[in-house]
Amino acid sequence: MHIFGENTHQDMFLKKTKKLEVQIDEFLDKILNASLYFKQGVKYYLSGEPDLFYDALEKIDITENEADNLRRTIETILYKHTLIPEQRGDVLGLLESSDKVVNNCKEVLFKFSVEKPEFNNEYLQRLESLSESSVTSVECMVSAVRAYFTEFIKVRDHINKVIFFEKEADMMAEKLNREIFGNPGLELSKKIHMGYFVTEIENIADFAEDVCDRLSIAVIKRYG
Amino acid sequence: MSWFYLLSGLFLGWNLGANDAGNIYGTATATKMLKFTTAAIISSVFVVLGAMISGYGTVRTIGELGDINAIAGSFTVSLSAALTVFLLMKRGLVVSVSQAIIGAIIGWNIFTASPTDMKSVAEIISSWIMNPVLSGIFSYFIYSFLTYRSKKTKMHILRIDVYMKRITILVIAFAAYSLGANNIAKVIGVFIASSPFRDIQITEGFTITALHQLFFTGAVSIVIGIITYSNRTTETVGTRIYRLTPLSALSVIFSASLVLFIFSSSGLERMLNYLGLPAPPLVPVSITQAMVGGVMGIGLAKGGRYLNFRILGKTGLGWVITPVAAGVICLILLFIVKNVFDREVYKEVKFEINKAVIENINSNGISVENFSGARDSTFESHQSFRLFLSSLGYVKEEQLYSIFKSAKLEYFRVDSNFAKSNMNPYVFSAEQINSVMSLHNEGFRHRWQLVDRLKSKSPEWNALPDKYENLYRNKKLNDRIIEVCDMFLIK
Repeated sequence: MHIFGENTHQDMFLKKTKKLEVQIDEFLDKILNASLYFKQGVKYYLSGEPDLFYDALEKIDITENEADNLRRTIETILYKHTLIPEQRGDVLGLLESSDKVVNNCKEVLFKFSVEKPEFNNEYLQRLESLSESSVTSVECMVSAVRAYFTEFIKVRDHINKVIFFEKEADMMAEKLNREIFGNPGLELSKKIHMGYFVTEIENIADFAEDVCDRLSIAVIKRYG
Repeated sequence: MSWFYLLSGLFLGWNLGANDAGNIYGTATATKMLKFTTAAIISSVFVVLGAMISGYGTVRTIGELGDINAIAGSFTVSLSAALTVFLLMKRGLVVSVSQAIIGAIIGWNIFTASPTDMKSVAEIISSWIMNPVLSGIFSYFIYSFLTYRSKKTKMHILRIDVYMKRITILVIAFAAYSLGANNIAKVIGVFIASSPFRDIQITEGFTITALHQLFFTGAVSIVIGIITYSNRTTETVGTRIYRLTPLSALSVIFSASLVLFIFSSSGLERMLNYLGLPAPPLVPVSITQAMVGGVMGIGLAKGGRYLNFRILGKTGLGWVITPVAAGVICLILLFIVKNVFDREVYKEVKFEINKAVIENINSNGISVENFSGARDSTFESHQSFRLFLSSLGYVKEEQLYSIFKSAKLEYFRVDSNFAKSNMNPYVFSAEQINSVMSLHNEGFRHRWQLVDRLKSKSPEWNALPDKYENLYRNKKLNDRIIEVCDMFLIK
């Protein structure tokens, strides 16, 4: 409290910044939660637990909406108060591409609920591992973005992890697709349907990698 | 009419406010870190403060280089500098008013046959080289430190931004202060000896001196430049060589202003001398060139990127071409103003040679063997005296400078009442005041005669041994001696 009973202009400025810091953190939490709901959803779908699957689907839907709203609020405040003018463009790009990861997670789960793909038992374990790898790359991506805001020096480490898990997901998806399409006992239509979902799950890691590509540029722009 | 002559100096001041001040906050306003109005107000206030508080050191250096004693001469010198900068900038050279004004003053010296103080010239030229080099070194370390700290910090980027804004405001204020302190000499330095202002006594013991009025007018002309035109230059700064990140820009501006501050701070000079160290000369230097050096420093900190050798080359070329061009333009303009417009561009000064003068010349370490056959004589102008000296074999500029000083005819008459009422007891010691008063009604034909007489009356007028730690005190003592001499000079 200021001596005259009111906060000074500068203190108010810091207060506003603090509020925005919290909102950015919340937004990143939403992305992380959405990816975890996605992992749960895939797991419940593959293990044949529809109630739990629909529960995860509902949660991811709510989370996606909340993330959207938060992103818009953050963008408005950044522009309205001309905060971080130099990095603003990069930050907005990062938030938007991160939001796309959430949208993608939700979309894939929706496709599971609509198209109800059937997977042979021999692929179930590996499909779950694939979704785990993709989600791990999203988790590392969230850590990388968070580090860009608060602990710059760690960004690089997190980006490297994202690249590592994206490559792993890539390899797993390729191997799985080769096996699926090389299986003479399966009909082509089933092969294509299974292969489509394998690629969709793997794509989540690609989206996380896209965010990190933007992040790498933002890092160079900030300190060269 | 004399007020009209001030215009060329004020134009230089306006130019300084419009261009150089724009450089200070260009990046901050271009990146919207700071509003133009805020930046302009902060800069204006601190430019005036810098000029009024710390501007004297550099102004004195300019005064030592050329004692321009007629206001039409000051006008022409100032105008030549402005014209040179305008012409060379159109050619794409990195030019500075500082170099132009020095060249123009030397042009005036040549025109009037006045010898140039080569010691001051050497100091000034060394400062031109030291300016970008020092700025480069500073920005290298400042930038490396800031980058290291901000990479290591766990502070949120938004909070860093808030603190950066505050630091930027402080740096802009400091840069404006340094700009005012260092560059006011470019604006009013050549008008010191021919100032149209007179002291204004407000109350008993409170006088606004002519010098203060001149400084303030010069500072106001810079402020007008800031207010009326710098917003246009700040827009172009965005695309200039130092369009860097705010952090780099901050480092560049801070280093450049540190260099300007170093070259204008008598406080720092005093501190360094007190520690027994040599202090940099108090010389007006170019903030643009300091910034070029700063950008190079950042280039090195980033591992050699951004090193633009073309700009380095152009800066180096500017060092040579600007003063020479300004000198030549000044010579031509002085000729025109004197002969076509029939204006007095210098006041003739008389010189005399007699036994006492020759002794004084000898005491300054100059061999007087060549004077052995010379008769006592008086010379009516710089030219005739210079001719006489060259016939005796004195051609070296340093020797001539010293001989001219010894032989210059000025008339002084001490008045104890005037001394009592005008010698400030906060500046002069009681013994110093008494020693002056004891010389009541004595007359002198040369400045050094009065000084010698003062020294014989009180040891407090004697300079301390020539050591670094005594330099500042001796300089201050010299200022006081000049003040006393000017007090009793019959104009």
